[in-house]
Amino acid sequence: MDALVLQALNGLDKGGAYALIALGLTLIFGTLGVVNFAHGALFMLGAFCAVTMQKILTLSKQIEDTSVTFFKAFKEVPYLEIWLGDTGRMLIDYSVPIAILLTIPFMLLVGLVMERGLVQFFYKRSHAEQILVTFGLAIVIQEIIKSVFGANPIPTPAPDVVSGSADVGAWIGFGDGLYYPYWRLIYLGFSLTIIGAVFAFLRFTTFGMVVRAGMQDRETVGLLGIDVQRRFTIVFGIAAVVAGLAGMMYTPILPPDYHMGMDFLVLSFVVVVVGGMGSLEGAVLAGFLLGILQSFASMNEVKAIIPGIDQIIVYLVAVVVLQVRPRGLLGRRGVMEG
Amino acid sequence: MSAATVDTLRRGNAAASVPAGDTASSRSDHIKFAVFAIAVLTMPVWLSPIGAGYPDLVQKFAIFGIFAIGFNILFGLTGYLSFGHAAFLGVGSYAAVWSFKLLTMNVVPAMIFGVLASGVFALLIGYVSLRRTGIYFSILTLAFAQMSYNLAYSVLTPITNGETGLQLALHDPRVLDGPAEAGLPTTTLFGMETIGYPGFYVCAVMLIVAYYVAMRITRSPFGMTLRAIKSNQNRMNYTGFNTRPYTLAAFVISGMYAGLAGSLMAVVDPLAGAERMQWTASGEVVLMTILGGTGTLLGPVLGAGIIKYFENIFSAFNDQVLGRIFDFLPEVLQNLMVTLVHPFVGEGWHLTLGVVFMLIVIFLPGGVMEGIGRISARISRSRSNRSS
Amino acid sequence: MAILDVQGVCKDFGGLRALNQVNLQVREGSVHAIIGPNGAGKSTLLNCFVGRLKPDTGSVTFNGKSLLGINPHEINQAGVARVFQTPEIFADLSLIENVKIPAFAKRDGAFRLDLWSRTDSHAEVRDHAEAVLEDVGLADKRHMHAGSLSRGDKRRLELAMCLVQDPKLLLLDEPTAGMSRADTNATIDLLQRIGERGITKIVIEHDMTVVFTLAHTISVMAQGAVIAEGEPEAIKGNPRVQEAYLGGAHL
Repeated sequence: MDALVLQALNGLDKGGAYALIALGLTLIFGTLGVVNFAHGALFMLGAFCAVTMQKILTLSKQIEDTSVTFFKAFKEVPYLEIWLGDTGRMLIDYSVPIAILLTIPFMLLVGLVMERGLVQFFYKRSHAEQILVTFGLAIVIQEIIKSVFGANPIPTPAPDVVSGSADVGAWIGFGDGLYYPYWRLIYLGFSLTIIGAVFAFLRFTTFGMVVRAGMQDRETVGLLGIDVQRRFTIVFGIAAVVAGLAGMMYTPILPPDYHMGMDFLVLSFVVVVVGGMGSLEGAVLAGFLLGILQSFASMNEVKAIIPGIDQIIVYLVAVVVLQVRPRGLLGRRGVMEG
Repeated sequence: MSAATVDTLRRGNAAASVPAGDTASSRSDHIKFAVFAIAVLTMPVWLSPIGAGYPDLVQKFAIFGIFAIGFNILFGLTGYLSFGHAAFLGVGSYAAVWSFKLLTMNVVPAMIFGVLASGVFALLIGYVSLRRTGIYFSILTLAFAQMSYNLAYSVLTPITNGETGLQLALHDPRVLDGPAEAGLPTTTLFGMETIGYPGFYVCAVMLIVAYYVAMRITRSPFGMTLRAIKSNQNRMNYTGFNTRPYTLAAFVISGMYAGLAGSLMAVVDPLAGAERMQWTASGEVVLMTILGGTGTLLGPVLGAGIIKYFENIFSAFNDQVLGRIFDFLPEVLQNLMVTLVHPFVGEGWHLTLGVVFMLIVIFLPGGVMEGIGRISARISRSRSNRSS
Repeated sequence: MAILDVQGVCKDFGGLRALNQVNLQVREGSVHAIIGPNGAGKSTLLNCFVGRLKPDTGSVTFNGKSLLGINPHEINQAGVARVFQTPEIFADLSLIENVKIPAFAKRDGAFRLDLWSRTDSHAEVRDHAEAVLEDVGLADKRHMHAGSLSRGDKRRLELAMCLVQDPKLLLLDEPTAGMSRADTNATIDLLQRIGERGITKIVIEHDMTVVFTLAHTISVMAQGAVIAEGEPEAIKGNPRVQEAYLGGAHL
């Protein structure tokens, strides 16, 4: 039982990442009608915002190391530590959450530039061409990151306070032995918050209402004299920020490298399709569902019964769902079948 | 998928305003085929001035040319975008290596088994995937390919030999060849070794055959039916066609092409690894086809050649080579150019690939073939202006 | 003898009754017009004939064979061809190919794996296709892209695509909608000419000139039901028709 709860939790944080990427993909697809294969690259860019923030905060100066007395030695000490002492050290420790200050404006900018500079020219073109051009963009983005940051994963630890594990078992009355990393809990809470915020934004603001109406019937909303286009551009920016934040917060769980975006993209697309193209609820549902299933499938007990199931479960579910429910779990008819 | 492709096609054919499959006469097809065959067989000669004439690379041109021609039979003719074609490439390789291990080092049975195995595999995957269209189809093919890839690394290790890859071994039975002499044997074509240039000629002949078959298919009623399915599947149903078996046949044929390419990879280098099945490899054949020109006969071969050329030659560039290239400039400029070009070559050739690919999709959706068409149209126009 | 026999067809869309107990008998060789205000269920009814929709209840029998639950391509192979409200053609292909394709479907059936022969080596298909293009007046454009045709020409092409199959029953959904007067007259001429071949036709049409020139029988639909049926003269004078369809105005 404990193991099951632990696996469910394990699945939830990964599911949270899938859900956040899939949510953005669906927003973009639903509003702009564009299949964005560069969405994984946005996730990856967010992760590298955290890396960049860490690098900025740890910009260092060489000073003489007085602890070495035999010869003249130097050590690297971050400016922040020199200027602010312990406060500086704490800031460095918190570089991942602090990166939010960089991630939001940067990702918004990337999103807007991408939409205005490239994606807007592809509204009228086929989905295949949209896939292809954004796939090309994804390659370009990931190669740029590779040439700037190198090919190896860069560790970006969570703040010290939350680097341990929480005694989840005690919280929910399961007794001992059920420990779960704090940061993963934080990630889960964070992704739920963002999902909640996006849904609330769409439901309770005028802007959101127009966007939702536009997702249903774009032409009619356009006829009402509302500048749908500008709002949709902003939606693209929002989707980019959501993906970026998802990537930024994921760095302590998985040290980022340049191709993490592609890895997540493939799975996120499966998530979107399983959830049903164009359905926001479907994207979130399928994200968590597949995350949990993947996590259960990787249990030794399960693998003993069906060898290799952990490797294929997500894809297998996708195949089965699409055979049984052609438009995904919550998809509408006629979307993306051309 | 169709509305924009229409635009593309219309733009592409603006000069001639005639669809490709219709007017090309049997004679002009055969002339083109003859030129193609000669060009392929003489590749080592005319490619050596640009440093691409060596066996390793011309083999790759031929093999990936076959892969791309086959992919185009599915994507170019029916419009179904498969993101899992590398799976068939991998299956072809594994089948060929098993043929080398169990039966004989002769390449003919290896190719036959490669094509058959991938054909059966494509039949299974296609049967399930083609029940859906659009992006759902793409995702299904992707899902199957990823499953094959992941399983090749895990439970299927007895067949695939996991991460090490499937290789020849001294104690392989090779029932038709008899006991091996000292050392690992090489692949043969009825006794003639097929590595290096002979290996290339095996691939080249297969490429020529592959091109010819694709040409026949494109000009046949079957090919026309596929193009009609791409153009308007709805109309096809009300016109009395059962479209599923047509698309399935195209899928299987295209999978068999991939299997042939995969088995040729094993012919020139008898080992097979799961990385051949990864989705990035599927993405690569999409890039090749688009780059060269979707729906054309020659385009995919050109696209495959261009990408493999970039990969091998471009990625070998380093700063010293660049320095020599920009030697004619003053030193400041020379350093500047080297710095500017550096991220795009060597390790960074993928960046160039990504940029070029985006530019193609944006400005030249018909690929290199459309570019050639535009240029030749301009030339003939200016010539006719001059003569009038 | 009725070639198409429709009995008690009902179709609901989420609680909305689109077709209500529709009965219809189409005589072999006749031109049967279905008229009625927008939303009367005319196109829905046509969709039930070609397998796009399945009625909730009732039967549709063509030549003694039920059309319910079989695929569109099987219905076509049985001899039913359809012209759509917005022309459904192969925009990427040339006109002659557009016509050859249905001709191949007629000759070879729903599936035939002919990978090796050249399309243009099938002389009888080519000749037939060219003759039909000639018939509809598009012969000189046969190598053009179908997508670049005018709307009127697209309709004519679609008609050619149906005619080349020599269907037993031809369904025409507003064949003159959006056409100029001249084009409309040309289409009437064409339909009259092919009428001589004895193809049974069902025409949905708003243009009363077309209806009264062509039709032998007219069914009037309103709110999903057939409210009147008869010869053109009888329909003209029927007060219920004028009430439902024309709001009392005279034809």
